[in-house]
Amino acid sequence: MKFVTCPHIGKRALSEFTYGGELRVEPDIETVSDKQWTDYVFHRHSEPKTQQEWWYHRPTGMWFIFTRNTLTDLISQVKVASRGALHEA
Amino acid sequence: MPLRLLKYAWKKPEEEPRFFPDEKPLKKAYDVVIIGGGGHGMACAYYLAKEHGITNVAVLEQGYIGGGNTGRNTTIVRSNYLTAEGVKFYDQSVKLFEDLSDEFDLNIFYSTRGHFTLAHTDSAMRTMRWRAEVNKHYGIDSEVVDVETIKKDIPYMDVQCNGQHPVMGALYHAPGSVARHDAVAWGYARGAQMRGVEIHQKTQVTEIKTQDGKVKGVQTNRGFIEASKVISMVAGSTPRITKMVDMQTPIEVFPLQACVTEPVKPFMNTIVVSGSLHVYVSQSSRGELVMGASVDPAELHSTRSTLDFVEGLTDQMMDLFPFTSRLKIMRQWAGMSDITPDFAPIMGKTDLEGFYLDAGWGTWGFKATPVSGKTMAYTVANDRDHDLIKPFSLSRFEEFALVGEKGAASVGH
Repeated sequence: MKFVTCPHIGKRALSEFTYGGELRVEPDIETVSDKQWTDYVFHRHSEPKTQQEWWYHRPTGMWFIFTRNTLTDLISQVKVASRGALHEA
Repeated sequence: MPLRLLKYAWKKPEEEPRFFPDEKPLKKAYDVVIIGGGGHGMACAYYLAKEHGITNVAVLEQGYIGGGNTGRNTTIVRSNYLTAEGVKFYDQSVKLFEDLSDEFDLNIFYSTRGHFTLAHTDSAMRTMRWRAEVNKHYGIDSEVVDVETIKKDIPYMDVQCNGQHPVMGALYHAPGSVARHDAVAWGYARGAQMRGVEIHQKTQVTEIKTQDGKVKGVQTNRGFIEASKVISMVAGSTPRITKMVDMQTPIEVFPLQACVTEPVKPFMNTIVVSGSLHVYVSQSSRGELVMGASVDPAELHSTRSTLDFVEGLTDQMMDLFPFTSRLKIMRQWAGMSDITPDFAPIMGKTDLEGFYLDAGWGTWGFKATPVSGKTMAYTVANDRDHDLIKPFSLSRFEEFALVGEKGAASVGH
């Protein structure tokens, strides 16, 4: 079983987490065009890379941001998702 | 017959003809280039040559024929989907599958088994009724059956599921079948090659050249090929192909794992699926239990296998079939699936003239092999989307006209 060491909650099994997708910047809903909205909602660049991702820890209800490589599956950084997380994407 | 046998015995031994002739050098130009030598690519080449007379075709495969997801699926063929678009499309596929052995003069071991999708909750029962009604409306043999029928047809199954999640009923789909998956690719490949199509293995496309909004050709590790029509029929790496032409798709790549047990005496003729438990299982003609679950939890571009998968799957399997606790797992493997947000494929023409997509085949690709080859061949030959694939165009996302195919394998309801 794969484990992740997290801030606040320590070493946890990865199976306790639910994947929430890549961290992406939501466009401003007041000014966004249909095309930009489509890109944001649907379009992805699914190729091997290191990316930041949302992961939800079910037992505590906390959201984390993992930095993970999508080729090797190695998680290099774990931090608690904060309000500012979006701006760091 | 004995006389013929005797005559054969006295004859000088002849060399068995090669199944695939030796490869020719790449030509400078082809009418159509197909990227991906799996079932879909081979089927498309076959129907282009057979039904549309287009034989100046090259199929480019970076590995070997059928070595990708064609050889990694759990070989189930069925058409009991949920949406009208899906049901009509997969029904055509089942009908084509039934005649393939004759058509190829090659046994694809097509075996009609009957397919049970178990329901463990009221909401799953509701979905089964819904699917049955949609299926019946389009003339497809599906019905909701009760627990007594299930007990009779699958005697070794514990319908109480160890008391955890008792089976309440099932959707029974009589045409549900299994087939030898790589034989399907081989049959199409041989048929295409006999009609003049060239298949080039170990040939990787590195670039797609365009000019004035039209496809000009492809750059490969063996040189440049000129072609005005290029079809991407890969699985698990569609985003890498579409990136070559600056095209955006909603595809995300997730691994899908499967495994087989050691062979045991035949005890189960049918295919059993449980959406709620995320398992599907059938017994192969060799006696092995072929088992799969849902896709891995997160995006990954790798065909690695995990112990987590086997643990999770066998935990559920032992609830359904308690005696399997004594079986050993023989092999496990993974394939990379192109998952779309609405669990339906992306097919047909694109905004780029001469570039066609047959992608987003997620966990539902093998069963669509014949029909996707046939409809894509039509689309390419006529430069017009075939009626059956119109709902699956890439533009549906921009138009917010999604298909919503919840009948796909291992999608929870």
